[in-house]
Amino acid sequence: MANRPMLEIAALEKRFGANTILKQIDLKVAEGELVFVIGPSGSGKSTMLRCCNRLEEPTSGDIILDGRNIMGGTSSDLARMRLQVGMVFQGFHLYPHMSVLKNVTLAQRKALKRSKVEADARAMDMLERVGLAHKADAYPAELSGGQQQRVAIARALALDPKVMLFDEPTSALDPELVGSVLKVMKDLKAKGMTMLVVSHEMAFARETADRVVFMDGGVIVEEGTPDEIFGSPKADRTRAFLSRVSG
Amino acid sequence: MDIFLDQFFNLAIMQKAFPLLLKGAWMTLQLCVAVILLGLVGGLFVALGNLSPRRWVRWPTIVYTDVFRALPPLVLLIFIYSGLPFAGIKVSPFTAVVIAFLLNNSSYYAEVYRAGLISVAKGQWEAAASTGLSRTQSLIHVVLPQAVRNVLPDLLSNTVEVVKLTSLASVISLSELLYSADMARSVTYNASPLVLAALFYLVLLWPLVRLVSHFQRRLAA
Repeated sequence: MANRPMLEIAALEKRFGANTILKQIDLKVAEGELVFVIGPSGSGKSTMLRCCNRLEEPTSGDIILDGRNIMGGTSSDLARMRLQVGMVFQGFHLYPHMSVLKNVTLAQRKALKRSKVEADARAMDMLERVGLAHKADAYPAELSGGQQQRVAIARALALDPKVMLFDEPTSALDPELVGSVLKVMKDLKAKGMTMLVVSHEMAFARETADRVVFMDGGVIVEEGTPDEIFGSPKADRTRAFLSRVSG
Repeated sequence: MDIFLDQFFNLAIMQKAFPLLLKGAWMTLQLCVAVILLGLVGGLFVALGNLSPRRWVRWPTIVYTDVFRALPPLVLLIFIYSGLPFAGIKVSPFTAVVIAFLLNNSSYYAEVYRAGLISVAKGQWEAAASTGLSRTQSLIHVVLPQAVRNVLPDLLSNTVEVVKLTSLASVISLSELLYSADMARSVTYNASPLVLAALFYLVLLWPLVRLVSHFQRRLAA
């Protein structure tokens, strides 16, 4: 993919006290590309993802979003940046005291300052897209996990982000609900969204990812196309990990 | 028995005292509104200070809540009303009561808010932040409504205590409900006005107490 880089992680380091979680991470995600990050738990993959919108503050290094370095700046710069980076969490984190529609309109109204009419319309479009327009008036507790996660995706999409980050989006779901979320993600990819995905859904990665990155011990051990990584991994650690997960 | 009825349930005296007590109740109500509103707002700020990551914000507010929960409110009230004039600071009885009880009950409200804010999962802050909401917006729209809902019985319980606390104002001759009733008692040589005052408090507080039980049951369910 020769597109311009949409998200660029450069020399990223993250330390918690004496522990180094991430060491000199360099990663580029091109516009429209889906980069899939795999690795054992504790490898730092979620931390890396969370550094991309600075939910986790990097110790050093740069995050460049669409040509602009997002490090430094004021708190309102930070909020503006986050509008452009959608994030989907393992635990959904819908707002339980608001209807589905309000979940999807809140940030549109308060952060993007869209009018109610505009925000509602946009929210309904996005809910339509994730197949949940008929649940607009429901509350999160009335939805299945898969439905909640799709609403969370709609909530992020409604802000027209340049990049979407997925932090183990299906790990908390019952197996029969995983498919509906992956289908939405696949559809997003088809529509040209730039995506960075941390997940264990290897079959999905094989089918949909442009590139697969294997992380272990806070470093990127290996990256390549799905065929390269799953078909003929070069590093021992990658091979060991893949045989464990497919084992 | 007749003496008992005459001394405590003398309707003629109650009727005579009624207008005075009504005025007292009005004053109590004004006190309550001022003290509860200021306490609810002040308590929230103190709670936020308590939870601040910045040490120079956190420490003073923790000292504040500790000190004003430990000091008896009556001591505080008399100090402000009768002690401060020695430093040239004179305040009206109403102002003295509002200040004393604000210091006291904002500390209690702060503890309740703090418990509520902690009870909201960190993921809610993160989800709100990830959609570009500021800290303040996240607090107001996402976290605070959930926090308040989680501790609503405690907030209401505390409010009941605040209403009861206002009767202390009678000590510095603020003509609220209890003071008015005691005036009527001393003029009529009859305890019926005090019984009437007790009924006023009951009418004021019983619905609140019911509400606390209602919310407690609902949250337990």
